[in-house]
Amino acid sequence: MKTNSWFREKILLGQDFKDYIAGLLTPWNLIVGIILILGIYALGYRILFGFGPATNLTNEYPWGLWKTLNILAEIPLSAPGLAIGTAVYLFKVKDYKMFARPAVLASLLGYVFGVLTLIFDLGRYDRVLYPFVLFWGLESVLFLTAWHFFLYILICFVEWFPAFFEWVGAERARNLFAKLGVWATALGVIITGGHQAALGALFLIIPTKLHPLWYSSLLPVFFLVSAVFAGIAVFIVQATITYKVYRNQLVNFNYKEFHRRLLSLSKILVVVLVAYLLLKLLDLAHYNKWKYLFTPYGYWYLVELIGFVVIPIITLIIGIKAKWVKWVQLSAFWVILGLILNRFNVGLIAYRWYIPLSQKYWPTWMEVAFSLSMITWAIVVYKFIIKRMPILKH
Amino acid sequence: MNRREFLNKILKVTGLTVYHPYVAKEESVPFRSTGNSVNRKVWEIYKKRKETVSQKLEDTYAILVDLNKCIGCRRCEWACNEWNKNPNKPIKEFEKSRFEKNSVFNEIRRTTAGQFTVVNRFFDEKTGKPVYVKIQCMHCLDPACVSACFVGAFTKTPEGAVIYNPDACVGCRYCLIACPFDIPAYEYFDPFTPQVTKCTMCFDRIVEGEVPACVAICSADALKFGKRKELLELAHKIIEDNPDKYVPYVYGEHDFGGTNWLYISPVPFEKLGFPMGYNETPAKFTRNFLFAVKVLEILAAPPLVYLAYKSLSDKSKTGGKNEDK
Ligand code: SF4
Ligand code: SF4
Ligand code: SF4
Repeated sequence: MKTNSWFREKILLGQDFKDYIAGLLTPWNLIVGIILILGIYALGYRILFGFGPATNLTNEYPWGLWKTLNILAEIPLSAPGLAIGTAVYLFKVKDYKMFARPAVLASLLGYVFGVLTLIFDLGRYDRVLYPFVLFWGLESVLFLTAWHFFLYILICFVEWFPAFFEWVGAERARNLFAKLGVWATALGVIITGGHQAALGALFLIIPTKLHPLWYSSLLPVFFLVSAVFAGIAVFIVQATITYKVYRNQLVNFNYKEFHRRLLSLSKILVVVLVAYLLLKLLDLAHYNKWKYLFTPYGYWYLVELIGFVVIPIITLIIGIKAKWVKWVQLSAFWVILGLILNRFNVGLIAYRWYIPLSQKYWPTWMEVAFSLSMITWAIVVYKFIIKRMPILKH
Repeated sequence: MNRREFLNKILKVTGLTVYHPYVAKEESVPFRSTGNSVNRKVWEIYKKRKETVSQKLEDTYAILVDLNKCIGCRRCEWACNEWNKNPNKPIKEFEKSRFEKNSVFNEIRRTTAGQFTVVNRFFDEKTGKPVYVKIQCMHCLDPACVSACFVGAFTKTPEGAVIYNPDACVGCRYCLIACPFDIPAYEYFDPFTPQVTKCTMCFDRIVEGEVPACVAICSADALKFGKRKELLELAHKIIEDNPDKYVPYVYGEHDFGGTNWLYISPVPFEKLGFPMGYNETPAKFTRNFLFAVKVLEILAAPPLVYLAYKSLSDKSKTGGKNEDK
């Protein structure tokens, strides 16, 4: 009986099992359910029949949507957890304390589900532990990336455990992990920088296969800096949504204070965006790439750079000056789209730009379904946890 | 739309189709692996030799391709398939391509899981004559694929061949990304034990003192097998003796750090689809990066440890757990 009521209190939030299930039947959840089911179907199909029938991956395009969206884009977008964690736990920035736990949780889930996607993107997912145990390709950037992912997920767990044990009611474990968390954060700073840059460095080895406008010896720096600004942008958007949706969970939530913090964060966002823009211009000038600008790929490059870097800089500055929080939040969203676009450009569009358009990669519906379902899972689990564990109100 | 088409469409929409419009062009045996056995065979030989045979060799082996002499008979493709037990057709089918109007030569092909080498046709802009180019793994001196693989599945052997260990490969396909010549191919249609496949330089033949299968069958004298140094000298000599017939460039001498397959040609290599402009191995860039990361991580460690230490000691002063709340 006792466990039963525990289950009821902690998992079902005090409802009856029947009521709980009935409460789940909303139109929104229906869509979520369909995505998840299609994703499971796609995964099953990929496992049973292989990449050939399930995906559009070819020898020309060995990396498709799963690597681009769920790793190249999702990993930088999951970065904020650690940045905020560092600010709060290492530098004692009290202002952002209330944000730390949701950010860490989002980060953890982003990585876990990104890596799960990656595992099924391996031809031999059964060997996923090989690079950790059996065979070490020490010269490979991918090796560094794999190890860093692994360590980072561990770190996120350590940082998330205090909330978890608080929820379970294990006081001692909670305190232990709260202490460990500080060390984990310190290690995490190193790890994050390393693998965000490494994702860009993966492409350093193909100077002839990536369009010169995107190929640069600065690729790792670009990836790192863009991960920073995207992280801040995600943070702004995530905080906005979370605090809107879960307003009822928060007592004495001070909106003025919240908006003031968002505005001051977006100042940092502008600074990083400007730094990124300057680096991009330096890259254009140093390698004298101007001549590529007036080609179809050049126009596309300008769309990315002007549309998704310059414009948000301008709108953000306007927003900060006028203290329009909505405007800032929308700009942050725009910045996130820009990062996704950039990763797609590097990973797919500018990759082997010289092959005819007809042979370019285009994902199958199953690739799309699996990709989206993994992101959906992350959101579902995030919601599940945030409703139950002391993430927001602590 | 008849019933069959309709059914096909349904199958396609549900993803249940066995026929894939794009990949089918590359691979005609969906749902099965190409049955690659040569990867493992070659790897076993390599492992055994590593223990028994002294690994010091004067020079690596190489193959010199003379594009002036290649007649496009595609017999090398047939011989390669035959020796490596890849899906094959009668040799006549290969030989007749160059006389046909509609043949494989109409498009530029690449190597695939069941074809370790393919011959492509280009045209000499000046004379209008066809130039046939056989492609396969170049067996780079410092290969991008070896450096890229995160489980070290590729090895550059002392003989010069770059070979692959199917027991290590995890199937990330980064090697396909990394290779500047787009050579490695993947068995996308094998759901459970797919491998990366590519030319092995007939490692199993050269260790027995034989020449690779393609070299053995080429009756046009377009392929020469020998020590790399000697072939380089030969290549330069051929160019010197026939300056009007060759462009003064030996492809593979320095390109991408040098390769064990060398080419000499009547037309500039950039016209034949050879990637140009890099005389160092692309692995250099990632090596530099890894070194830089290590340096930065080491530099970052002490201040972070200090911060963590300080943060914790502050905490214990103010009474531990309250601080985290
Ligand atoms: S040509 Fe490609 S596959 Fe062959 S050794 Fe060089 S990098 Fe590796
Ligand atoms: S696909 Fe296999 S051989 Fe190629 S890089 Fe990945 S693990 Fe290495
Ligand atoms: S390399 Fe030799 S066998 Fe191959 S197509 Fe040319 S002439 Fe024929």
